Amino acid sequence: MGSWQAATVVAVRDEAPRVKTLRLALSSPEPHLAGQHYVVRLRAPDGYTAQRSYSVASAPGGPGDPGEIDLTIERLDGGEVSTFLHDGVEVGDQLEVRGPIGGWFVWPGDTPALLVGGGSGVVPLMSMLRLARRTGRADLVQVVVSVRRPADLYYADELPGPEVTVVHTREAPPDGGRPPGRLTVADLAPAVRPDTTAYVCGSARFAGAASQLVVEAGVPVERIRVERFGPTG
Amino acid sequence: MANFTRGFTGRGRAERDARLPPGQYDARADWPVLNAEVTPDIATDTWTFTIDGLVERATTWTWDEIHALPPSTYEGDIHCVTTWSKLGMSFTGVSVDTLLAAAGPAPGATHVMALAHTGYTTNLPLADVTGGKAWVVWEVDGGPLPRDHGGPARLLVPHLYFWKSAKWASGLRLMDHDEPGFWERNGYHDRGDPWLEQRYQGD
Repeated sequence: MGSWQAATVVAVRDEAPRVKTLRLALSSPEPHLAGQHYVVRLRAPDGYTAQRSYSVASAPGGPGDPGEIDLTIERLDGGEVSTFLHDGVEVGDQLEVRGPIGGWFVWPGDTPALLVGGGSGVVPLMSMLRLARRTGRADLVQVVVSVRRPADLYYADELPGPEVTVVHTREAPPDGGRPPGRLTVADLAPAVRPDTTAYVCGSARFAGAASQLVVEAGVPVERIRVERFGPTG
Repeated sequence: MANFTRGFTGRGRAERDARLPPGQYDARADWPVLNAEVTPDIATDTWTFTIDGLVERATTWTWDEIHALPPSTYEGDIHCVTTWSKLGMSFTGVSVDTLLAAAGPAPGATHVMALAHTGYTTNLPLADVTGGKAWVVWEVDGGPLPRDHGGPARLLVPHLYFWKSAKWASGLRLMDHDEPGFWERNGYHDRGDPWLEQRYQGD
C-alpha cells in the first residue's frame, strides 16, 4: 500500500440518486486488486482532517487510463466526508488519497466467484465483474445484486449481463419477472457452483442476512468473505 | 500536494470531544458491525476459552468456569480503525490478568495471538493485554453481548483499534515473537494505537 498522495478529480458521474463516481488521476499510480479500497482524506486550512474508505469500482488496470481509479460514493445524510465529496468537489480539484488497501475481500481473477451485493455493496463487486469481463473470464463469476427499485441500480447501463441477477426488494421493473421481495435462498442457489468463493458486501444488516443465505445455498462458511459497509459518512 | 482540500472546513468541531483520537468521529447511538466472516452462532454450553503456548499451565475455561472468576468492568471508549469511536461504554467480563495468573506466562513470552472460534486471529504485544488493559467480556451496557458484536464473548483491548478486540474469542496463545494476524497480514498495523493513528502497516 502506498503512502498519502494527491489525486486529481478528472470526471464526476451520477450513478443513481445520491450516488456519484469520482474518477481520480493518481499522482503515484499503484496496481490494485479487484475489491480493494482507498482512503480519502479531507483537510481543512487549519489542519483538521476527516477520512473515509471507498471501494474502487474500476477494474485493475484502470477505467481506461491505468493511472486512474473510479471511486463510487453514496451520499449519507450527515456524512461529513460523503456530503462534501458530493456537494463540494469539482473536476480539477485535488484530493488526498491512500491505497490500495485490503488483502481479504479481493478476487484474484481466476477462481469461481459468487458476488452478492446490496446497495452500495455492489461497488467492489463491480471492480471484480469488470475484471472478469475485461479478461474474458465472465464465465467464472455469478453476480446477484439487491436493490430497492430499478432507479437505485448502480452502473445500470453496464452491469446487466447473462452472469448478473438483479433482485428488486420494493419495486420490480414492469417486465413480469420476479415480484419484488427480499433476497432469498432461491435467488442465490442457481448461482452457486462447486468450489465457488462467495463475496458478500453491503450494509451490516444486508451482509449479515445475505451471508446466512449464502450458507443455506450451500457455500461453506470458510469460503465466504464478507465486507460490511458501516455508516461511516 | 495542496496543503488543504479546496472548500473543506470541517463540521461539528465546536463540540469535538477530547476523548476522540485524531481522525475519529463519535458514532453516538450507532455501533457499526464490521466483521469479515459469517457471524457464527456459538452456544455457551460448548463455549471455551483457552490460554496456551508459552505458559506454565495451558488452561481452558468453560462458560461456567470463566463466570466463576472475579468479574471486572471496563468503563470507557472504543475506537475502530474505520474511524468511528463510541464513548462511555461499559463492558463486563474478566480481566485477562486473572486468566494469565492461572496459566502462568513462561519466561520469554513477549506477544500473544488472540484466536477466535471463526478462525480469526490478531496479534498483540503481551504488555498490551496485561496490567489491567484487556478483558474477556460477555456483557455490554448491562446486557448480554450480542452475536453481531462478538457474543457470547469477545476480547476487549480498548486502548488499541477495535480489530484487536477479537470477536467470538476462543483463546490467547503466548509466543516469544510477533507474527501478523488476519488483518495484519492484510495491510493493517501490528500494534494499532489510535492516538498514534497506527492504522496501516508502516504508520
